[in-house]
Amino acid sequence: MDGVHDLGGMEGFGPVPIEMGEPLFHEPWEGRVLGMRLLMGFWGRWNIDANRHSVERLPPAEYLSNSYYEKWAAALVNISVEKGLMTRAEVQSGHSGAAPETPPVDAAGVLAFMPKGRPTSRQIDAEPTFAIGDRVRTPSHLHSGHTRMPRYLRDRVGEVVLHHGAHVFPDVSATMEGEAPQHLYTVRFDGRDIWGEGAEPGHNVSADLWESYLVPAA
Amino acid sequence: MTKEPHHEHTHEHAHSLLPSEPALRVRAIETLLVEKGLIDPAAVDALIDTFSNELGPQNGAQVIARSWIDPGFRERLLADATSAIGELGFTGMQGEHMVAVENGDHVHNVVVCTLCSCYPWPVLGLPPVWYKSLEYRARVVREPRAVLAEFGLTFPDDVELRVWDSTAEIRYLVVPQRPAGSEAMDGAALAGLVTRDSMIGTGLPMTPEAG
Repeated sequence: MDGVHDLGGMEGFGPVPIEMGEPLFHEPWEGRVLGMRLLMGFWGRWNIDANRHSVERLPPAEYLSNSYYEKWAAALVNISVEKGLMTRAEVQSGHSGAAPETPPVDAAGVLAFMPKGRPTSRQIDAEPTFAIGDRVRTPSHLHSGHTRMPRYLRDRVGEVVLHHGAHVFPDVSATMEGEAPQHLYTVRFDGRDIWGEGAEPGHNVSADLWESYLVPAA
Repeated sequence: MTKEPHHEHTHEHAHSLLPSEPALRVRAIETLLVEKGLIDPAAVDALIDTFSNELGPQNGAQVIARSWIDPGFRERLLADATSAIGELGFTGMQGEHMVAVENGDHVHNVVVCTLCSCYPWPVLGLPPVWYKSLEYRARVVREPRAVLAEFGLTFPDDVELRVWDSTAEIRYLVVPQRPAGSEAMDGAALAGLVTRDSMIGTGLPMTPEAG
């Protein structure tokens, strides 16, 4: 989707807000949001891709003006209602309208889970179409759902520099209709090819792109 | 950090005792989630404790220091970072697929996530606000030299800047160059020179004099 989250290369932004001696959380509620967001995922109603998409679909003005954890909190409520874990009425009233459930994970469970994580690599039969060193072109148009193909790299030619095997494909995975794993590559683009002759000297940008985003460059 | 404002006598300015809007909203959300039995609040506490005490740049610093003193480890780190970092016990959520990228005399690496805030939790913990900021995400892919200058880093034009946009579940760790004057230092002392920003690429390790 052409969302405001797709920020790479957007102009008009000011200095990077660097804070010396920054605390892990600026206020205690930020840590609660982080924890709640991780834990609610254990219901299995959404995955990391659907989760990211819930943040991307916040109203653009909110996305640009709210703090990081405010966005996470808003998106968590939205996706929880969307996926049926709570109702609008419950959110409005602040009280449960149903008998309590049993949480899918407790403190010991989540602590045991963290060092494992959720690898996204998958074995597939298909051979990779591209090899390291190949020149590839990115698409000029995309669908309006969740994607990890950033706008600033559309319709550009780059070189495959890494191949990661097959990984879960977010554009499908975000719909909760399967993983559709594909080969994943790191593709390097020269700064001048992205930004034109006015580009800063001597830089390139590499991005991790799935096979179906790419065609051989002529 | 105390949670109760009336204990904060160190603040010289007057401030409202009223909790902030987001604090109230988040408390309401947590109350509802707990009442519905959707989450265990003790699990939230456990996660906050993990991010406060277990996960953080002190882990990545151990990885980098080891790569500086152990050529075999450095080779394994550059060939298969997930498994090499796993040797030191740093694995899991948001570090399932690691790639280490090494700086050199003519190459400097810097990492971003333009689409959200992807960051290697097992080795660096949670990202700082600037890493998640609109400004960094928008600008570092387009004007990395200008952005790095804001962090106090400038490079001659013949140094290739490699920006890595974390658009998949691959997480990048920058391997900075070992600082001059650190030849006699052991692993623990070397780890003390490795800053968070030097592993993102927006900083350099401290020099032994400064450290």
